[in-house]
Amino acid sequence: MRAIGIVLAGGNSKRMKELSNKRAIAAMPIAGSYRSIDFALSNMSNSHVQKVAVFTQYNSRSLNEHLSSSKWWDFGRKQGGLFVFTPTITAESSDWYRGTADALYQNLVFLKRSHEPYVIISAGDGIYKLDYNKVLEYHIEKKADITVVCKKANDTEDLTRFGMVSINDDGRIVNFEEKPIVTDSVNISCGIYIIRRRQLIELIERSIAEDRYDFVKDILIRYKNLKRIYAYKINSYWSNIASVESYYKTNMDFLKKEVRDHFFVEYPGVYSKVDDLPPAKYNPGAKVSNSLIASGCIINGTVENSVLFNKSYIGNGCIIRNSVILNDVYIGDNTVIENCIVESRDTIRANSTYIGTAEQVRIVIEKNERYTL
Amino acid sequence: MIKKEMIAMLLAGGQGSRLGVLTHNVAKPAVSFGGKYRIIDFPLSNCINSGVDTVGVLTQYQPLRLNTHIGIGIPWDLDRNMGGVTVLPPYENAAGSDWYSGTANAIYQNLEYMESYNPDYVLILSGDHIYKMDYEVMLDYHKANNADITIAAMPVSMEEASRFGILITDENSRVTEFEEKPKVPRSNLASMGIYIFSWKALRDSLIELSNEPGCDFGKHIIPHVFNKGGRIFSYEFNGYWKDVGTLETYWEANMELVDIIPEFNLYEEYWKIYTKGDIITPQYISAASTINKSIIGEGVEVYGEVNNSVIGAGVVIEEGAVVTDSIIMKGSKIGANSKVTKAIIAENSEVGKNCEIGAFEFCESRYDKKVYNCDLAVIGERTTIPDGVVIGKNTAILGKTTIDDYVDGKLLSGDFIVKVGGKI
Repeated sequence: MRAIGIVLAGGNSKRMKELSNKRAIAAMPIAGSYRSIDFALSNMSNSHVQKVAVFTQYNSRSLNEHLSSSKWWDFGRKQGGLFVFTPTITAESSDWYRGTADALYQNLVFLKRSHEPYVIISAGDGIYKLDYNKVLEYHIEKKADITVVCKKANDTEDLTRFGMVSINDDGRIVNFEEKPIVTDSVNISCGIYIIRRRQLIELIERSIAEDRYDFVKDILIRYKNLKRIYAYKINSYWSNIASVESYYKTNMDFLKKEVRDHFFVEYPGVYSKVDDLPPAKYNPGAKVSNSLIASGCIINGTVENSVLFNKSYIGNGCIIRNSVILNDVYIGDNTVIENCIVESRDTIRANSTYIGTAEQVRIVIEKNERYTL
Repeated sequence: MIKKEMIAMLLAGGQGSRLGVLTHNVAKPAVSFGGKYRIIDFPLSNCINSGVDTVGVLTQYQPLRLNTHIGIGIPWDLDRNMGGVTVLPPYENAAGSDWYSGTANAIYQNLEYMESYNPDYVLILSGDHIYKMDYEVMLDYHKANNADITIAAMPVSMEEASRFGILITDENSRVTEFEEKPKVPRSNLASMGIYIFSWKALRDSLIELSNEPGCDFGKHIIPHVFNKGGRIFSYEFNGYWKDVGTLETYWEANMELVDIIPEFNLYEEYWKIYTKGDIITPQYISAASTINKSIIGEGVEVYGEVNNSVIGAGVVIEEGAVVTDSIIMKGSKIGANSKVTKAIIAENSEVGKNCEIGAFEFCESRYDKKVYNCDLAVIGERTTIPDGVVIGKNTAILGKTTIDDYVDGKLLSGDFIVKVGGKI
């Protein structure tokens, strides 16, 4: 592959509410046994990108823990590998990343010392499967300066949290609006870009010289008439998880066979850090229907239309419905949980009730003492 | 100079013929266990958990699965710059070539491997037991006794004792006598096939007995050291230990895992068992399915009913299928409306729709009475079973079978279909 990869994983979003209190969005658990960033990293690995940098800033502890070894995504190599870049104090600067363009600028050495001609930039909070080689072919064929991966919005999507693009017949982007309140555009920018490395270095240096720090606002939007910016449209599954509603919906999407087949059955797969947990255990009294159950779970109660992450314990007589139970949660006997997202490592006492609604999913954070052996 | 205090040699070359068609294509240590693991994961995980980071794995019979499973040892953190795991197959040398003719002969042929680490102690393990054990504690015991050999042994019931090698010890646990499978046992301390040797005692006796045909630890090496007056001690182990050498014990050991609080608990945080899992996706349990008292591996899709069973990774159980008291291994598929009772179905097999497995009354095996002597229907790897057939108890099936292989669509209890040579 003639490109290096960059995964932007430093962001936080108020739309994630309490869920982002303890982790970056890119480290959000997805589909029972993955984390959000696994999808971008697996795409990089499956597209034969050899060298990938992850930019982190906000609350990166859990992300760093997840990335503590690069072997799960096959990046444990002499050639290339996986790099994690956090802002550092240097002789010239003691700033945090002031924006996406600034994050690139502060790591310009990484770009300058690479020899690959192209750079693939991906957000760490997108759930998708994509062969970047196809995007790169398109990029070269169109003689584009920048290629932006786009997906047609569906009717229910909240467009105020996306970059929206208008495209002409050739595929060139003629208008780009960031988080518009009202828009005519129907194409969402997925936050995945391909750009020539030297071009990127030049644009970044010029932006920073003008005190402009945002890649979308200050480069994509500002240069859209000057540079040839093209859209590469995808029709396959793509979801951005950076709001509680879409995070919940994305996890629930994995209850659909076509979504599971797309990610898990069709080659190549999605990789993640391996936890060495035993198989899930169903004790007498377990009643599970239409649910995803990850390994290490022990189930004694009823689970319906839910996603249980690694190592959840569901007590006797519990009823879990339409909920997402994150990893290592202990739920005591006879507890009822409906339409909730239960934060990881929670301990929920017996005989409790937590009810959200389909429109407003409830986030449950309960840090009780847990008796462990 | 490289120096490792203790290295382990893991004997994984045996066929395990008493597992019948299950070990037709793989060595016994590579047979799946507990919905996720392979048998060899237990001794390998014990090694790394005990701080033994240099392990030679001796392979011989059908080693492909074992080789790909072990690789460079990543799942067990045995990918090391110094030591780590090394697969040791038999090899050809200037004098000719020899297969491994016995357990001790296999170790003898790898003297050079062991010498390269300058060990003080060598731990000899076999790849076919299910247990968790801290070998470091055993080593401390070995050192405290200034022993030449320490043999791990566990108390068994007197009735069972005649199936094992039995140790008779004095009040200090020093072994004073051996009995191999005694009719009337005088002690109930059974050897577990786990030995720690002091390097000199091992090296000397291997060289002294190098011409012994089929040189074996239990039959030759240990008696030889004993007769020379060596210090042999028994190390009593009281945890869970299971030899899964027969179809019935293999089935039982799997079934014990589904108990509410299993005696052998894989869910403890301490002393994890590691394995190479290619499948990490969660399992999907459909709205129409029912699961009672079972353990289910990663990536499984259940649309039918599962009772009291162990289901391996990536298995698909279609609508209306009912699996009871069975072990289904990785990647197999049970067709719609099939009924599977008391069966062991090995990896990547496919059972058609509307089949019944485990029907009729028990009947003595017409294939091999020694191996097949219980109710289990045993289906080997990559086997295909056509739609609508009825298969009895105590049966064996291997290979791609078609409806023509079944008389009136039936395979009676005690019968078998083994299509060897139909290799892919």
